[in-house]
Amino acid sequence: MAGALPMSNVPTPGAERPDFINDNPPTGFGVVAKPLGLMERIFDRGDVRKTFMLIALALVWEGYARWLDNPLLFPTFVDTALAFWRGLASRELLSATVVSVTTLMQGYVLGLLFAALLTAFATATRVGADLLDTLTAMFNPLPSIALLPLAMIWFGLGNGSIIFVLVHAVMWSVALNTHTGFRSVSQTWRMVGQNYGLSRFAYVTKILIPGALPSILTGLKIGWAFAWRALIAAELVFGVSSSGGGLGWFIFQNKNLLEIPSVFAGLLMVIVFGLAVENLVFRTLEQRTIRRWGMQS
Amino acid sequence: MATDPKKPLLDVDGVTLQYRARDHLVTATYRVSFSIRKSDRYVILGPSGCGKSTLLKAVGGFIKPVEGTITLGDRQITRPGPDRVLVFQEFDQLLPWKTVEENVLFALTASGRLSGSEAVDRARHYIEKVKLTKFADSYPHMLSGGMKQRVAIARGMAMEPEILLMDEPFAALDALTRGQMQEELLQLWEDTRVTLLFVTHSIAEAVRIGNRILLLTPHPGRVRAELGSTGVDAVGADGRKLSARIESLLFEGESHGGSAAHE
Repeated sequence: MAGALPMSNVPTPGAERPDFINDNPPTGFGVVAKPLGLMERIFDRGDVRKTFMLIALALVWEGYARWLDNPLLFPTFVDTALAFWRGLASRELLSATVVSVTTLMQGYVLGLLFAALLTAFATATRVGADLLDTLTAMFNPLPSIALLPLAMIWFGLGNGSIIFVLVHAVMWSVALNTHTGFRSVSQTWRMVGQNYGLSRFAYVTKILIPGALPSILTGLKIGWAFAWRALIAAELVFGVSSSGGGLGWFIFQNKNLLEIPSVFAGLLMVIVFGLAVENLVFRTLEQRTIRRWGMQS
Repeated sequence: MATDPKKPLLDVDGVTLQYRARDHLVTATYRVSFSIRKSDRYVILGPSGCGKSTLLKAVGGFIKPVEGTITLGDRQITRPGPDRVLVFQEFDQLLPWKTVEENVLFALTASGRLSGSEAVDRARHYIEKVKLTKFADSYPHMLSGGMKQRVAIARGMAMEPEILLMDEPFAALDALTRGQMQEELLQLWEDTRVTLLFVTHSIAEAVRIGNRILLLTPHPGRVRAELGSTGVDAVGADGRKLSARIESLLFEGESHGGSAAHE
């Protein structure tokens, strides 16, 4: 073809690589987005994988305990599960859990209240911010259980001492995380809030709180875990309170009676309740809010 | 006529702006004056460091001038307000905890412009104008960059502000999307005749969007020129294209105008 054209020094555009237009792109590739198989979808779920993990751990436990064959030191999983079931059926374990959770909720809510006050003060003024920084730096590393002896002198042997310890456990981490969250709210969102003329109160509820929600939820979770730990520890030391014994007391008492499977059952209850709150309450909260909004992946 | 069309809507008079950096007091603009008439598409153009974004934020009321005044209508601007809505460059200007529709609604209700079904109707109308009706219930993180900017523009326009302030809204977009967005913005302007104050560092964008273009010199920003544009890069009386004239004003000017900055 090139021979038919007169030879010249100017290269003809497209002589070597002619342009082409494809009016009929190939079809027959099936579907572009092919759904995944059943097994792939099942094992993509974190909860399914974790359930398998739990079953595997229970099997290891059962196997080791049978091999050890010393129910006083290490009861089998089956014995523990039976003791757990008996505890629930006789309402002993159940009422201990109710006592613990009631105390916990009182302390948690009170702690949140104090944290809210402290954060509000810290957000509004610079003195408040300095106060919060200093106080959290001082008290956050202090294990709340270390305050129990003092609390017993101040508040007596009632629920008051335990609640004092719980407030201490909750308050600092929640206040610190909320305040950090407020400070890291994007400058652009702040300007958007000011631009549309939000009042001071609306600015806090409509911009600062949702914008800082990832940090606030982290604070709530840490506070919850701290409080739950402090509570069980306090009950172990403190024993029975006016309204009856909690889970810590249940564990301590069964140890004295050498009812080791019941001790394990009590521990199991502590774990199960902790997991339930983490997975049901906080996970749901996260999924409904920050995950849905793409603020956490 | 009740209003004189030649009377400026926004008047910036001898404005000097300073902001505090880590350990310097930086002068962003020095004695800048210009005025904008109703339904102008007024573009502020300049290289980075000419204080154009700072100037826009001052018009928004976020920064107070240390010298000079900014007047909108008969009122002097002292603080942010819903009569001057800002559209930012950042994609995170949408609130991630609200859907597209809620973001537009939020602007209308928070500012007390409208409420109830009136607000919903207005929000839907402007979402339709930016062709996002299908995504009204999506959250911002599900949208592409261009779509997010369209929502931000819809939110700004739904407020029907006296002036819409745009801070390089298309700068973070890819070139193809940017061209399309410029076209759509002009279309929206045709429909609404909203007064625009648009900041950019792209000469091509300024020529395409603006009917008036203000050129600023850098460090600090001072007025170099104010030119008219017809939207097509027209050849002027001196035989040069508008973009070529702008380029020479901005960059050849540096040899005499810019040297004064380093006294």
